[in-house]
Amino acid sequence: MHKDAQKTMTGARIVIETLIEQQVTDVFGYPGGQVLNIYDELYLAKDRIRHILTAHEQGAAHAADGYSRATGKVGVVIATSGPGATNLVTGLATAMLDSIPMVAITGNVPTSLIGKDSFQEINITGITLPITKHNYFVTDINELADTIREAFQIAKSGRPGPVLIDIPKDVQVARCEFCYKGVVPFVEQHEASDEEIDRAVELLNECERPYIYIGGGAAGAAMTKDIIALAEKIDGYVGCTFMGLSAMSNSYERFLGMQGMHGAYASSMANKEADLIIGVGVRFSDRATGNVQKYAQNAKIIQLDTDLSEINKNVKVDIGIIGDIVSSFSRILNRCEPKKRPEWTAMINEFKAKGQEVRRQEEEAAGDALTPKKIFDVINEVKDADTVIATDVGQHQMWTAQYVTFERTRRFASSGGLGTMGYGLGGAIGAQIGSGDRTVLITGDGSFGMNLNELATAVSYRTPVVIVILNNGVLGMVRQWQTLFYEKRYSNTVLERKTDFVKLAEAFGLPGVRVTTQEEFRKAFETAMKHDGPYLIDTIIDKDEFVLPMLPPGGSIDDIIISKEVSV
Amino acid sequence: MNRFVIAAYVENKYGVLTRVSGLFMRKGFNIDSLTVGETDDPAYSRITITHRGDDYAKEQLINQLKKLYNVKNVVLLEHDKTVERELMLVKVKNSPENRSEVMAAAQVYRAKIIDYNPKTLCVEVTGEPSKIDAFIEVVKPLGIIEMCRTGVVALERNRSITE
Repeated sequence: MHKDAQKTMTGARIVIETLIEQQVTDVFGYPGGQVLNIYDELYLAKDRIRHILTAHEQGAAHAADGYSRATGKVGVVIATSGPGATNLVTGLATAMLDSIPMVAITGNVPTSLIGKDSFQEINITGITLPITKHNYFVTDINELADTIREAFQIAKSGRPGPVLIDIPKDVQVARCEFCYKGVVPFVEQHEASDEEIDRAVELLNECERPYIYIGGGAAGAAMTKDIIALAEKIDGYVGCTFMGLSAMSNSYERFLGMQGMHGAYASSMANKEADLIIGVGVRFSDRATGNVQKYAQNAKIIQLDTDLSEINKNVKVDIGIIGDIVSSFSRILNRCEPKKRPEWTAMINEFKAKGQEVRRQEEEAAGDALTPKKIFDVINEVKDADTVIATDVGQHQMWTAQYVTFERTRRFASSGGLGTMGYGLGGAIGAQIGSGDRTVLITGDGSFGMNLNELATAVSYRTPVVIVILNNGVLGMVRQWQTLFYEKRYSNTVLERKTDFVKLAEAFGLPGVRVTTQEEFRKAFETAMKHDGPYLIDTIIDKDEFVLPMLPPGGSIDDIIISKEVSV
Repeated sequence: MNRFVIAAYVENKYGVLTRVSGLFMRKGFNIDSLTVGETDDPAYSRITITHRGDDYAKEQLINQLKKLYNVKNVVLLEHDKTVERELMLVKVKNSPENRSEVMAAAQVYRAKIIDYNPKTLCVEVTGEPSKIDAFIEVVKPLGIIEMCRTGVVALERNRSITE
């Protein structure tokens, strides 16, 4: 028993002691009037828990999210009332849409001032209701410790997500007894019945063209070995959603890449031609399926998920298996029959070859120009299996999804569901601090402009984050849509800014360099990857680069735009 | 589009009703009626929701409601195994031409006159929602001044939400 057990403590102290009890070692945040007491306790406990001060609460929220993505632990963020709390909103929504476990702690005005439009008072539980898995407004000091414990349990259990706890200042000041209880166990998950598993196995044994489709749920679970084992056993192939990118080694020969709007040709075609799709921790999002009316019309679908409401939400499935996906998956794996499916393999090889041929031709046409592919070739060559890749949102993000070779789980931090521009720098800092591994942020000049203030954080903590700005002077993804679907009316996507990112880096206190060729990039990137602290590489690329292939919005795989020459 | 009735057994706590109604809003489902009240165990309330929608909406609503932490159980009430009641107060003009007709209708519908003054009559009607609808049709031509319906409360005959 800890020496402080069963001692009277203030609410603020209880917050810190409960965080420590829940094995939290790092928290991100920003102080303010209504969390002064919590910050005072953080000061006193600085040898037991580390606080990382960001430049902005949004950066702190993204950092806590990135920390969680890279480690699997619950990311923790602290902010004051009012604007401090509202600045967390985008970060919480980002975590919610990607099912990332987080606990956000906000201070609020004393309960006597609640509801009176007091200074920096905001109803943050009301605001965050739809963007948290659950939230709390704590009014009774006696409930504080258990509320925090429950918040951690909810954040981690089942389908993970962010939980917010709003604590008025008087509750932080009040005292009560505190007992250490230790880490709370996960809520027990429903186990699929034998009948459900048998029905899935039956479909699997009967099928000719099985396609294993993995998502964020699979990436968050340790199930790489089982996925490979099933693919080998049934002669199946694996594709993924954006969120499933770092679920396994992407160099595995049966891995076809991300499918969907900007997916690999092979995985999108495999999805179309499959007669059985096994969705593992996926939500069949519109970006991954295209037009759902035309989605996988020839296939039976088995869906494994921990969240009951995901079954039949976006796509009607033949068998929905609810429960711990790791256990459901391994039960299917153990019971299904091994079978060779040479015709399917032949089809897949054709899809792969076609996809690669288009890429090859495009690169040939580009000549010496610094194309995204050339940049990612260098990144893949120089990085190692443990390097974490973070991104912002836009073309650079999709190129990352298409080109980066992930070698293991939890090496990817990027806003998938919400598509949050400005996520990257905070996310990368959090991922680096959590993993202890060098992190590469791939960003664009548009996204980077949104939250570049976090350079200050990276410099202060000497966080080894390599920032690669794919700088094309435009909002490339929106511009691509304008080119394709709005007759090149480039409304507000040409930035024409005079920002010098190299000088900016210097001002913030980190080295920066501008590159325009693959050789320059290689040299800069190799230096950056050895540098002690953050490093910025402003990489100039052409504004008319496209992310291809592309399924037009509302279209299906039949409408795929595979090459720029054909479509523009 | 079918009408269905869902009962939710929820913690009797601050903000729970907002969580439930907020769910309807963000999933884009419209509520026909919603009633809420404490149960025999004051720690819990029972919410009865009627909704018109297809099977997709029905399945999603139930599954999404089950995810809310303060919601302890959700049951789709099967129509032919359920007793449903709704209460309405309706105020109509009290005039010599109206009076006997309102009173006759009240008698047929087993409704009660609960207020009588020189200008208005107030009638309380209880029954299945279809009966309430029918009573409204009867008194509408006589001039409804204002009215108020509670929304449906419902219990299944052979099954309990707390089981």
